[in-house]
Formats: sequence, structure tokens, C-alpha cells
Amino acid sequence: MKLMPCPVHGERNIAEFVCKGPVLSMPSATHGSPQLWARYLFLAENKAGIIDEWWLHTASGMWFVARRDTTCDEILQTWSIEAYRKERRKKQKTTAQR
Amino acid sequence: MPLALLKYALGLGERRRHFPAPQPLKKRYDVLVIGAGGHGLACAYHLAKDHAITKVAVLDKGYLGGGNTARNTTIVRANYLTEEGTAFYKESLKLFENLSSELDINTMYSKRGHLTLAHTDAALRTARWRAGVNKHLGVRSEVVGRAELRKLCPQLNLSCEVRFPVLGALYHAPGAIARHDAVAWGYARAAYRRGVDILQNTEVTGVVVEKGRVVGVKTSRGTIAADKVLQAVAGHSSLLANKLGFRLPIRTVPLQACVSQPYQPFLDPIVVSGSLHVYISQSARGEFVMGGATDPCELYNTRSTLEFKEQLMMHILELFPQLAGANLLRQWAGLADMTPDFSPVMGKTPIRNYYIDAGWGTWGFKATPVCGKRMAECIATDTTPALLKPFALSRFENFALVGEKGAASVGH
Ligand SMILES: Cc1cc2nc3c(=O)[nH]c(=O)nc-3n(C[C@H](O)[C@H](O)[C@H](O)COP(=O)(O)OP(=O)(O)OC[C@H]3O[C@@H](n4cnc5c(N)ncnc54)[C@H](O)[C@@H]3O)c2cc1C
Repeated sequence: MKLMPCPVHGERNIAEFVCKGPVLSMPSATHGSPQLWARYLFLAENKAGIIDEWWLHTASGMWFVARRDTTCDEILQTWSIEAYRKERRKKQKTTAQR
Repeated sequence: MPLALLKYALGLGERRRHFPAPQPLKKRYDVLVIGAGGHGLACAYHLAKDHAITKVAVLDKGYLGGGNTARNTTIVRANYLTEEGTAFYKESLKLFENLSSELDINTMYSKRGHLTLAHTDAALRTARWRAGVNKHLGVRSEVVGRAELRKLCPQLNLSCEVRFPVLGALYHAPGAIARHDAVAWGYARAAYRRGVDILQNTEVTGVVVEKGRVVGVKTSRGTIAADKVLQAVAGHSSLLANKLGFRLPIRTVPLQACVSQPYQPFLDPIVVSGSLHVYISQSARGEFVMGGATDPCELYNTRSTLEFKEQLMMHILELFPQLAGANLLRQWAGLADMTPDFSPVMGKTPIRNYYIDAGWGTWGFKATPVCGKRMAECIATDTTPALLKPFALSRFENFALVGEKGAASVGH
């Protein structure tokens, strides 16, 4: 049995979770061009390596983010949505300062 | 005992190679095919045979036919849901039926009849829809009830004392299985005999593009120049496309399968249940070949999982409780190149003279002959054949998807 380190429920059987695909920024509903939407919806990067993904704990309906290596299926880290947003903001700031 | 076998045993017979010994790299080719799976090999064969283009090489990072072609469960059928899909696979079925004599190799093509079970009213409705589309396009396909099902497959558990009783099925009489290795080897040998080079253990690491036009490929053994290049690398498609700077509508997801030990002949038809996510057939050797849905997330790894077997066996035993004592012999996985509309991507790309054949997910073995033939036409003439037009890469930017979902999600 493979375990998912859920940020809320702790380690649980991965069968309780559904993978909902890579974290992407959604184009603007009013200003996004059809090309941007096509890219967002269909044209995947499909990377072999480390990606951030949405996961859903089906029993509790809780969404969160997991970082996974798509070459070996290892789950490296998980965050609640709030914690992930915070981390992203921090990262954006440091790259902006550089 | 045949004389040849006796001679061979005594070490007197000549040892004929099925394939040529590894060759040195040449400097340039008219057409390079990346990926020596069934698709790449079939295309090379048709380039040589139909279009007299013989300065062709097929490159593979591993050995020929060692990708999904070697891993697939060989269901061949044409009972798809969309008109575009049905017309395309119908041509493939026709080519498959004649393939043994075309390639002078026994592909062990065996027509079994293909049953897609319906356990719900919704599934029966889809079955009727598919039968309607199929009949309209001249593909034999019909909805059968429980009484006919009992005759077609007496081994099937039709009891109502199960979680998902069977209500009926879509029956596709021409549904068949074939020997996948023979298909790959047959195309490889026939292509080689017409002058095509097959370069195994030659990984393509990059593509050389000048002014928006492909001029060659970089490989682990050096650079080769080419006028035209086809990429047919299944689960690795995005990795090459990303290097070229265009994106594909593909997610790479493992698909697992397994076989039992060989048993006495027991099951004639191919039985698929989309709702239970399982399918089963019995090979000529007597093994039960079983598979299910793809793994739940993107992954470039062909490991096998316990979850897959648990899910699969739970449902297989509901359909065929007689198999409870059967032993599993082998299990494996392949990297399926899944598209959002369960349809392939074929034809031109944003790079001139660079063609693509991808998005074959869990359903591409049956398309091997038609794809080889039509992609060869596309490359030789630089025009997209009518049969391939609906499957262009540009359909995603035009929001013109070919919704094959429901017909292909599990019923390989
Ligand atoms: C378990 C399983 C069951 C299936 N069952 C069915 C079925 O019942 N019916 C059906 O119709 N389809 C089925 N399929 C799908 C089918 O196997 C594939 O769609 C089909 O075989 C694809 O053929 P291909 O030639 O495009 O790819 P492959 O056979 O995968 O060939 C691609 C080749 O490209 C090579 N390659 C990759 N990257 C590079 C590189 N950079 N340089 C050089 N070479 C490279 C690989 O080594 C590989 O040999 C199944 C698939 C799986 C995994």
C-alpha cells in the first residue's frame, strides 16, 4: 500500500486520494485568448521530473498540493492550499528581488 | 521432425538472421523515423513500398518493437463511437486481415468476436449509439441481450447476485487478437528487405531545425542529416516535442496488464467491461490476457502495482468466478500517450517537414497498419490524407476535438 502524506490527515492509503493534474495558472475568464485557453486545457508540458499537482482527499473533500517526481512516483512534499500560496508568494518575491 | 530443425540441432544448418547486424551510421537519409515501434516500422515499410522512398532509417533508443508494441494486449477492432474514428479503424482492420500474407509472417490474427458489456442503462444507451454509428459506416456491430450473450459466451457469469449484473452487450463480430511481436518483426523485415536501415540502440537526443524546417537529428551515436523526420515515440512524445518548442495534448500515464499461466481453451470471445474497467481474452497459447484502466496519474515509469492487480482481479472474478484458482504468470506496464479526446494526433507539426504520430494511448496497436500506410502518404506527398485530417495537432487550438471517450477509455 502506497501512502500519501496528507497535510491535514497525515499518512493515508493513496487509494483515498485522486490526482487532479498539475498546478497551472488559469487564463483570465474575460481576457484570456483562445490560444491561452487551449494551452491551459489541452497542451500539457507532460514533464519527466518534479511537478506540483492538485490532489483531492475524496473522503473529506479536501484539496491540497503535492510535489511528485514523475520518473519514480515518489511524493516529495505536500502543502495545504494556504501554505502553498504562501510559499509561492515568497518565491515570487525573492525572484523579483534578484 | 522437419529436416531443417534436425540440421539446426546438429549445428549443420545455416543460421539465418531475421534482422541485419548493427550498421554504422550513415551521414544522411531522405526520411528518418524516430521510434521503431509498430507505427514507425509500418511507416518505413510503406514509404519504401508505396512511394519508392528507400533512403530511410528507423531509429530506436532500445530494441525494435520493445516499447508499447511489445506490451500491448493486442485487441483489434473497429467499433468506435465517432465517425472519424470508425472510418479510420475500419481501414486498419481490413489491412490487418491481410497482413500475414503481405508481410510473409504469421501474425496469428484470430477473429474472436468482441463483447463490450453493459451493466447500466447508460452503458446500454452508449452501446446502441455505437452500434448505430458502426452499422451506418459498414462495420458489423450490434446490441445483444442476456439470452444472446449466454450463447455467445456461456462462461460469463450472468447471475444477478453480483454487485454489477450484466444487462447486455455491444457485440462486434470482427473483433480480433494478433501476435504483436510478429507485427513489428514482419514490418521490420519487410522494410529492411526494401532497403530501409534499422538502427537500434540509437537514441535521438535532439532535432536540428534551421529556419523553421527540420534538417536532421542528433543521436547518441552522432548527428544524421535528413530531409524529413517522423516522430513515433508513444509515451515519450512530449519529451521530444518540448525540445522542439511545441506542446502536445498528451499526458504520459502507465497502463498495466498481466497474463495467467496457460490453461486449456476456455474463452473464445474478447470480453470488455468499461464500467468495471477490465478486459480479458485467452491467447492461442492458453494464457488469460488481462488488463484494466490506466494508472491514476502521470508517470514515466513502468513499475507494476498491487493496487492494479487487486482492482482487476476483484472485477474479473465477478465476471469469471471459474478463474479463482488461476495463477498469474507475468505482469508489466507500458507508457501510454493519453490525449484529452481519446483520439490520436497525426500529421504535420509547427516545424516544417517534421511529422508526428502520437497520442495512441491505450488503443494504438490496432491502428498500426493504417497509420503506417497513411503517415507514409502524408510524408511522401506532404499533404494530409482525408482519413487523417480530423486528427491534426491543430484541432486542439481550434477546439475541434474528436470525442472518442466512452469507446476507448478501457476497451482497447
Ligand atoms: C498494457 C498495454 C495494453 C495495450 N493494449 C492495446 C490493445 O489491446 N489494443 C490496441 O490497439 N492498443 C493497445 N495498447 C496501445 C498500443 O500498445 C500502442 O498504442 C502502440 O503499440 C503504439 O505503437 P508505437 O509504435 O506508436 O509505440 P511504441 O511501440 O511504444 O514504440 C515507440 C518506440 O520509440 C522509442 N523511443 C522513444 N523515445 C525515443 C528517442 N528519444 N529516440 C529513439 N527512440 C525512442 C521507444 O524505445 C519505442 O520502441 C496497449 C498499450 C499498453 C501499454
